[in-house]
Amino acid sequence: MSPNILLFKITLLFYFCATVLYLVDVIGRQERFGRAARWVLLGGFVVHCATLTARFLATGHTPVSNPYEALSFFAWSIVGIYLLFDLRYRISVLGAFCCPLALVLMIAGSAAPKSVGELNPVLDSWWFPVHVTLAFLGNAVFAIAFVAGVMYLLQERMLKSKKFSGLYFRLPSLNTLDAINYKCLTFGFPLMTMGIISGAVWANSAWGGYWRWDPKETWALITWFYYAALLHGRLSVGWRGRRAAIFAIIGFLCLLFSFLGVNWFLSGEHTFEALRGR
Amino acid sequence: MDILVVGLSHKTAPVELRERLAFPPTAMERPLREVVTLPSIAEGMIVSTCNRVEIYATSRQIDLGIAQLRKFLADYHRIDPEELSSHLYDHQGEEAIRHLFRVASSLDSMVIGEPQILGQIKTSYGYATEYKTAGLILNRFLHKAFSVAKRVRTETAIASNAVSVSFAAVELARKIFDTLDDKKVMLIGAGEMCELAARHFINNGVSQVLVTNRTFERAEKLAAEFSGRPILFENFADHLHQVDIVLTSTGAPNFILGAKQVDEVIRLRKYRPMFFIDIAVPRDIDPKVNDIANVYLYDVDDLQGVVQANLKERHKEAKKAEGIIDQEIGQFYRWLAGLEVVPTIVALRQKFEEVRRQELDKTFANLKDLGPKERKSIEAMTGAIINKLLHQPTTLLKGAQENGTDDNFVDAVRTLFDLVPPQPEGEMKTLEDHSEKD
Repeated sequence: MSPNILLFKITLLFYFCATVLYLVDVIGRQERFGRAARWVLLGGFVVHCATLTARFLATGHTPVSNPYEALSFFAWSIVGIYLLFDLRYRISVLGAFCCPLALVLMIAGSAAPKSVGELNPVLDSWWFPVHVTLAFLGNAVFAIAFVAGVMYLLQERMLKSKKFSGLYFRLPSLNTLDAINYKCLTFGFPLMTMGIISGAVWANSAWGGYWRWDPKETWALITWFYYAALLHGRLSVGWRGRRAAIFAIIGFLCLLFSFLGVNWFLSGEHTFEALRGR
Repeated sequence: MDILVVGLSHKTAPVELRERLAFPPTAMERPLREVVTLPSIAEGMIVSTCNRVEIYATSRQIDLGIAQLRKFLADYHRIDPEELSSHLYDHQGEEAIRHLFRVASSLDSMVIGEPQILGQIKTSYGYATEYKTAGLILNRFLHKAFSVAKRVRTETAIASNAVSVSFAAVELARKIFDTLDDKKVMLIGAGEMCELAARHFINNGVSQVLVTNRTFERAEKLAAEFSGRPILFENFADHLHQVDIVLTSTGAPNFILGAKQVDEVIRLRKYRPMFFIDIAVPRDIDPKVNDIANVYLYDVDDLQGVVQANLKERHKEAKKAEGIIDQEIGQFYRWLAGLEVVPTIVALRQKFEEVRRQELDKTFANLKDLGPKERKSIEAMTGAIINKLLHQPTTLLKGAQENGTDDNFVDAVRTLFDLVPPQPEGEMKTLEDHSEKD
């Protein structure tokens, strides 16, 4: 087994353990498990960094050229962004939602073929890692917003219906969840914008011409307008709370389609085949 | 020597009986002295609160001790023993230890997690110390109980959520707003529960209080009390958009706030959330208001529901607390068992024998050409030294066991010679070291 595959499996194991620890914290109400989970997740993240580095060394290009690599990279960004959020908002329950998300992505990735492919030389420039990293980080931030949105809706439902489950006591306040949502919007939107712009610059360096309206670019632009409207709504009209939570959830689902669906199901330059220059 | 407890609590006896058994705090000396004068009782402590009366004691003759304590309770308060007996419970050994740990941790209280019981037990222990009816065992026992109670409070959440309606309101506000620091409250009407809730909100940091009432003078008076602003009742609706929390308790027979009104208000606020607490019966606010986005309306029943949910949560935490107590009992009981004289004498002799054996082996290894007769001599000599050294302590310990002063000696011997089993965790602290903010 090559080193990068082995490291991938070790990362997966770390994330699995962290998920279990987080769930024990939230469901079994044992707070020290939450603290342990944080350390395990951090350990897993470090191993994940090593995994990506090893994959880069093995393939010679930024590791996003097939579903396996892309899912791994996405999970890495989510964990990284979550850990950054954790520095500010120490909320174990947030981890209990984000960690399984990362784990699912890793498991999906491990089911995909891991063959090393050659990168289409036309695409080999510095803009490739820049574009990809910015786009993925933006996606990860919106993933956190999605999680915060789900948690908001759960908590709000309990406060409105006045039926309280054990989760009520573990979830943070509505304002905190809404604040997380807002922060994600303010960080995610510029990342996404820069991701699209860097993508256009990269496209120009590879094929000449900044924009070709292929499915991925179109969907990215649609999603960009969606989040721009969200940001505007929040700042001027006061779209907060429940509305913001629902929009964050829908937005992320759009992103998922834009990220996975386009690459897998539709055709065009952004497909994984195109990246490998077939 | 074992620990025992005899008594009754709100779980086994009605208040009419409990009050007849109460020991007034100003007159603790006599009953305490009578307890330790009982033939089978060595140390004693009395806990007397509105919810329980219990005697904790140590005794060599458990069954006799329990019987004498039961009789003492009946005789001292001139109650028929037959009448009393079915309400009294008793525990010994591990169960007695568990009982005090549970009581001190507020697991046996009417409301789990209540903070008063620990202070009450500390006071009772204070009397026992003052009148010198508590000795080595009860001292260790009580100090252990205090640290167990502290562990339970810090490691579980049994005391952390609201079990009264007004605290529940503040807690809910926190779940909506996170911090109350920059939030404003409007108080509509008056009434004890309403004002109590307002006071709680102020204590928890709200920045401003607006008060309104059909009688403007009342509003002014309350506003002054809360350092807030009075508002004319006719105008209160105009100020609604400025506040985050609304507390109402007017005597109005109809709704004073309808859904349409609140819809306008929330729009004006750009959908910043609002929390309405309607304590009035009949209700002041149309229940349909709860359906509006980012608005949360709670009436008296809803708040009671929150309290119930919190109580359930406390009960779940109580299970964790029982686990902690299980751990601590084992430790303490081992120390208690170690206070027995005979095993201590045996352990001491074993320790001396170990040293003797080591030295003999070392010496014999160095003096290789020692004959069997010389070896026997040296072995006999070292054995005699040990016997002579142990003779006095052994006699003293056995003698002390006869007249009941052995515990201190045994404890000293175990400490001085570092004998197993180990001491229970934690240094023996003074009462002041155990004081904590409740």
